[in-house]
This record gives sequence, C-alpha cells and structure tokens, in this order.
Amino acid sequence: MSGAAVLRAGLARRLARFRAVWRELTGEAVYDRYVAYTRARDPHAEVLSRRAFERWRVDRREADPREGFRCC
Amino acid sequence: MPESDSAAPPAAVRRRPTPISIAVWTAVALLGASGWAVLALARGEEVSAAWLVVAALGSYAIAYRFYSRFIARRVLRVDKTRATPAERLDNGVDFHPTDRRVLLGHHFAAIAGAGPLVGPVLAAQMGYLPGTIWIVVGVILAGAVQDMVTLFFSMRRDGKSLGQMAREEIGPFGGAAALIAIFAIMIILLAVLALVVVNALAHSPWGTFSIALTIPIAFFMGFYLRVLRPGRVTEVSVIGVVLLLFAIVSGSWVAESSWADTFTLTPGTLVIWLVVYGFFASVLPVWMLLAPRDYLSTFMKIGTIVLLALGVAFALPTMKMDGITEFAGSGAGPVFAGSLFPFVFITIACGALSGFHALISSGTTPKMIQKETQVRMIGYGSMLMESFVAIMALVAASIIDPGLYFAMNAPAGLIGDSVQSASEAVANLGYTITPEQLAAAAKAVEEESLLSRTGGAPTLAVGISEIFSAVFGGAGMKAFWYHFAIMFEALFILTTVDAGTRVGRFMLQDMLGNVYKPFRDVSWRPGAWIASAVVVGAWGYFLWVGVHDPLGGIYQLFPLFGIANQLLAAIALAVATTLLIKSGRLKWAWVTGIPLAWDVAVTFTASWQKIFSSDPAIGFFEQRSVYRQAIEDGKVLAPAKDMDDMHTVVTNATVDGVLSVLFLVLVLVVLIDAARVCVKAIRNPAESRLTEVPHVKSELVAPAGLWPTREEKAELATAGAAPAKGSDPGSPS
Repeated sequence: MSGAAVLRAGLARRLARFRAVWRELTGEAVYDRYVAYTRARDPHAEVLSRRAFERWRVDRREADPREGFRCC
Repeated sequence: MPESDSAAPPAAVRRRPTPISIAVWTAVALLGASGWAVLALARGEEVSAAWLVVAALGSYAIAYRFYSRFIARRVLRVDKTRATPAERLDNGVDFHPTDRRVLLGHHFAAIAGAGPLVGPVLAAQMGYLPGTIWIVVGVILAGAVQDMVTLFFSMRRDGKSLGQMAREEIGPFGGAAALIAIFAIMIILLAVLALVVVNALAHSPWGTFSIALTIPIAFFMGFYLRVLRPGRVTEVSVIGVVLLLFAIVSGSWVAESSWADTFTLTPGTLVIWLVVYGFFASVLPVWMLLAPRDYLSTFMKIGTIVLLALGVAFALPTMKMDGITEFAGSGAGPVFAGSLFPFVFITIACGALSGFHALISSGTTPKMIQKETQVRMIGYGSMLMESFVAIMALVAASIIDPGLYFAMNAPAGLIGDSVQSASEAVANLGYTITPEQLAAAAKAVEEESLLSRTGGAPTLAVGISEIFSAVFGGAGMKAFWYHFAIMFEALFILTTVDAGTRVGRFMLQDMLGNVYKPFRDVSWRPGAWIASAVVVGAWGYFLWVGVHDPLGGIYQLFPLFGIANQLLAAIALAVATTLLIKSGRLKWAWVTGIPLAWDVAVTFTASWQKIFSSDPAIGFFEQRSVYRQAIEDGKVLAPAKDMDDMHTVVTNATVDGVLSVLFLVLVLVVLIDAARVCVKAIRNPAESRLTEVPHVKSELVAPAGLWPTREEKAELATAGAAPAKGSDPGSPS
C-alpha cells in the first residue's frame, strides 16, 4: 500500500519537474517569471496581464530581429 | 584592465581518477577506435552505418570529457565565483539565469537548421569517409571550440555581438569590414537555402501544396496565440503539428486530383512566389507569421532529429556509397567541382565548423547562462549534437544506391531529361542504374521524377524515407516519409528565410542610418519597406540566377555559400585569438589559432581556385573567358543549349567571381587588422585594453554539466539551506 503511494508521489514529483522544464523550454514560463520578479521587488507594483505581456514580448522582436534568430 | 586571472583557479582541488572512471574511459576510447578501424579497413564490402555512429559518438565523448574540459579550465579559466550577465543584470526577461538543460535546448534549436542536413549530402559525392572524418575532427578541434570560446567572450561582455566585439577589440576598420562581410554572407546564405527549397518543390504538387498550407496554419496559430489564448505555446504547437501532418497527407490527395496542375510549378514561378512571400513575411508583424512558424519548425526539427536517431539505431542500414569515390582525387564530380582539399571542407560547413554559430553564441545565449562553468556544456556540447545530426545526414545519403544518388544530384545539363539519358550519364560517371530502377524510385515516393533534384533535400528525404519505412510502416509509407522529410526541411528553411530577411533588413537599416538618419528608426515604415525590398531583391536575384543557370545553381553557388560561411568562422576565430592574446594567454592561442590557420588555408585556397583556376569548371573568371570566346566564335558549349544560355553563363560567372573577390578582401582586412592588434599586444602587453566587465561575486549555485557531481550536490544542499536560490538581482539594469 504505502509502497504504491511512495511510488505515486515519486512519479508526481517527476512529472511536475518535467512540466517545469518543458514550460521553460517553450517559453510558457516567461510570464510567471516576470510576475514573480516584479512582485518580489515591489509587492504593490502593477503587473501586466498575460495577454498584454505576451504582446509586448512578441512585438519587441520587431524592434530587434536579431533576438531569437536561428541559423542555417 | 588585464583579464582577471587573479581569481584562484577553481580546479585547485584535483581529484585522482578512480579505477572505475579509468576503465570506463578506456572502454569508450576502444569502442570509438574500433568504429574508426572498421571504417578504415573496409575495402569493397558494405559497412554497417552502426560503425560510423560508434566512431563518431566515441570520439565526441572523449573530446568532450578531455579537450573541452582542458579549454574550460586552462585556456578560458572559467570562474564559478564570477557572476554571469544573467545573474548581474537579471531583469526577468532578456537577462535571466536559465536552467542549463533548458538553455542547451534553446541553443541547440537555434544553431541547428538545414545546414548540417544539406552539406554532408552533397559531400557524399566523394564517398562517406572524407565527410565523416571532417565532421568529427572538425567539430572537435574547430567548430565546437569556436562556439564555446565565442560564447565565453561574449558572456564576459554582457552578450555583445560578434560585430561589436570585432569593432571594440580589433578596431573600427576591421569592425566595419566584419559587418559588411556578415551582411553579404547572409544574402548568399538565404539565396542558397531558398534554392534548396525551390529544387525540392519544383514540379511536385504534393510538396508545393503541403508547404503552401503551412502559411494559413501559421496565421491560425498566430491568431490563437495573440487573441484566443496568449502564451499557450504547447497547446498551439500540438494543434499546429496535427494540422501539419494533415497537410502532408492531403498533399497526396491533391497530387491525384484536378488541382494537381495548379500546384505543379516550374522553378521560375516558385522563385517569384518565394520572393513575394519573403517580402511580406518580413514586413508583417512578427506575431502573425514568424513567431508561430518558429514554434512549428522547432517542434518539427527536434522531433524529426530524434526520430532519425532512433531510425538509424533500429534499422542499422548498410552504406552503399563507396568510402572514397574517384571524384575525391579527380575533382571532376558532378555535384560540385574541385578536389577533396579544399572543397570537402567548404561543402560541409554546418556540422563541422560554422561561422554562423558565432552570431548565435554572441547574442541571446550569453545573456541567459547561469554559471560561467556551463559554457562548456552549452557551447561545446550543443555543437557536438549538431555534428551528430550531420553524421546522420551523411548516413542517410550513403545508404541509397549510388547510381540514384548521382542521378538526383547531377545538374540537368549533364543528366538530360529522360530516365534513359540519366542512366547513360550515370554509367559515364562510373555507376550503374537502369532506367526502370530510376522510374521505380520516383514512383515509390510518388514523384514524377527524381532526376537532377539537386540541393541535398530530396536526396536526404529519399534516405530518410528508406530508414523510416524500414522501422515504421513498411514500403507503403515511403511516399509519406519522403514528403514528411521534404516538408520538415522546407519548413525551417522558410523560417530562416523569413528571420534572415528581417535580420538583413535590420543591418541594412543600421548602415543606411549613417547616410540618412530616419533609416535607423525601425518603426519608420518606409525605411523598413525599402530595406526589406533591397534584401529580398538581393537574395532573390541570386535565387533567380541559381534556378536559371545552365550549369546548375547548386553546382555554381553552393561552393560560394560554403566559402562565405567558413570565412565568417575565420572572423570569429580571429576575434577569439585576438582576445586570448590580448588577455595575456599567448601560450594558449593555438587553441583557436590552429583552427583559424586551417580555416584560412581552406577558404583562401578555395577562393583562390574559384578566382584564378584555369579549369573552367572551377574558376569563375576562366569560365567567363571560355564562354566569352565561344560566343565570339559563334559556338554553343554544352550544357548551354543556345546563345541566351551562353550569355547567362558569362553574366553569372562574372557576378560569382566578383563576389568571391569581395568576400576574400573583406576577410583579409579583418585578419590583417586582427594581426596588427595581436602583434601590438605581444610587444606591449601592459598597453592592451580589454572591454571585459569586471569581476562581481556570484551568489548562484548551479552544476556545470548535465549531471551534478558529488561536490556540486553538496554545494547545492548547502545553498538550499541558505536563503532562496538565485533570482534576486544584485544590481538591476
């Protein structure tokens, strides 16, 4: 019984860690990081909504397309 | 200020190797050596691709464990007590200490593209052995070193670009030459990559339809991310990949329907479509086309590379191509002209040594790195991964029948337009394939013809379809896998064309800004439109020329592309060597100096031959004068068919020749300027100035490699007990 529970907890932990790395890989975690970063410096700071933040992030590439450039 | 070698080398605690690690590394060395031995000793019999893979992986492991560690510790003296730009300037977005495994993924996805898949396929005309040796030895001693060292120096300068480093560390003159060279090289890169796509899609309704569908798919994904569910990248990419697979499947229905004619395009028409696409793609907002395409092609790229590795591991195909063909010595190969030295080293750039990586290594990645010690894993490690992709492409090209290989890769002027003439032409090259076999090969992948499908992508697709269908789905799936492979290559080449046009536009606007100020303002629409049109027009011109060249566009332009890429590597290695010397590490300057010397020998020999050779197949100017003379005498020389063709050859040869001279002169300027700075630094070490950011103590604790060592685990545990790890910035920007 408890053996199975331990196994399940281990599996859940692994899945959570995989999910975290995956979200970092795809860039989905950037927003969370931005919020955490802004809040950490000033708990009352105004934080962009996810929609506004993602727009800002994509549109920035307009200004300097060298960011995120890929190779041959 | 001199480079801070004052910080005590962290390697002071030197552990004695345990007997187990000695045994393991001896076994790895023996395994790699046995792979090389089998490749070297095989004469006449067919060798399993497994040996090639074993030889490559064994060599990579040894090089990573010993050589890259030596470079990190002794040459660069990476310092784990020194805060990286990501730690010092952390702003949560651009600068952020990123998990090393995540950054490895990002960096690899950024450096690996169509290059490592195309070059090795073309170089297979000389047999698989020269290509294999260069890919493995080249990456270990040159390519991975360049990537790692550039990453390190850029990291020490808050992520400055290669061009900026050239200007600041060498001088304004060399810096300007480097910038112009980078721009010119970018144009040729885009033209040749686009040419690969055109050759793969011409007269193929299946391929053309599938690729055309990717545009609405990208628009949909862009809309989804912008409006429906912002930031949900995984979701939208899964939807995109499913739609993409549907696009591939539906291509076969279209090819058999009444729409087939609409999507059966000549190369000339495809060029026009590509130029129009390239222009709009670069002026449309990033979110509409570029960003979603980027996600799609990255997912496809990583997925297909993993599939290919599995396919090679399970199918274990045998190589049908000779180890070394006679073209290695004679220089009369039909794919590209010239003998083994220097042209194998020009043809295979990405995978062995690629100057373009220096642009990535000195851009986004250095701003994200957590710990200085990680440059080894990210710079050197990801280049080894790209090299392995090149090895797999070489395997895919070498397992198909050599007769088919040459029928697909020789220019149309040589092969003719029927399976009969192709069969004869291949026989003249010394290989055999019957007209029936040629027709059957085309039928198996449901293409009208596979003759003169130059550019590497179709050959690779045939090889991949062999490997995949052996593992998944059997012979009935061949056509699907062929078009899957074509789609995957065309997809990320088009993404590169889009992104590259933007970067070219940006560089051009920056240069024009010196003449007319408003150009520098990137939001000034007329400026963006004009600069885009110029960039698209420039690569479009070479693409048009390549498609209509009677001698074959790949045959003429690919060497120019290879030379350009390797010249860029020469600039990067020259900057790196200068920095090593300026920071008082003359005794280690050979680490980048030897690859630099080799690269200069290769590119300058190749350029010299392209400019001055008296063989009209190699020398552009000799070609020009031979065809000029013939025009004056009123003669038509094969493979030209009429006087128009003759004039085309003369014009193209002139343009290509002038371009070769331009590349050579620009790089020569950079090298001479760099040499001047080096000599000055050696004569008067106290005077040399580095623009390095001073040492700031690092608070972060992070392992250097993929797996933490025992000491690193202990450090992590201690740090875990202390306040929360990392993210709090010491000095925000």
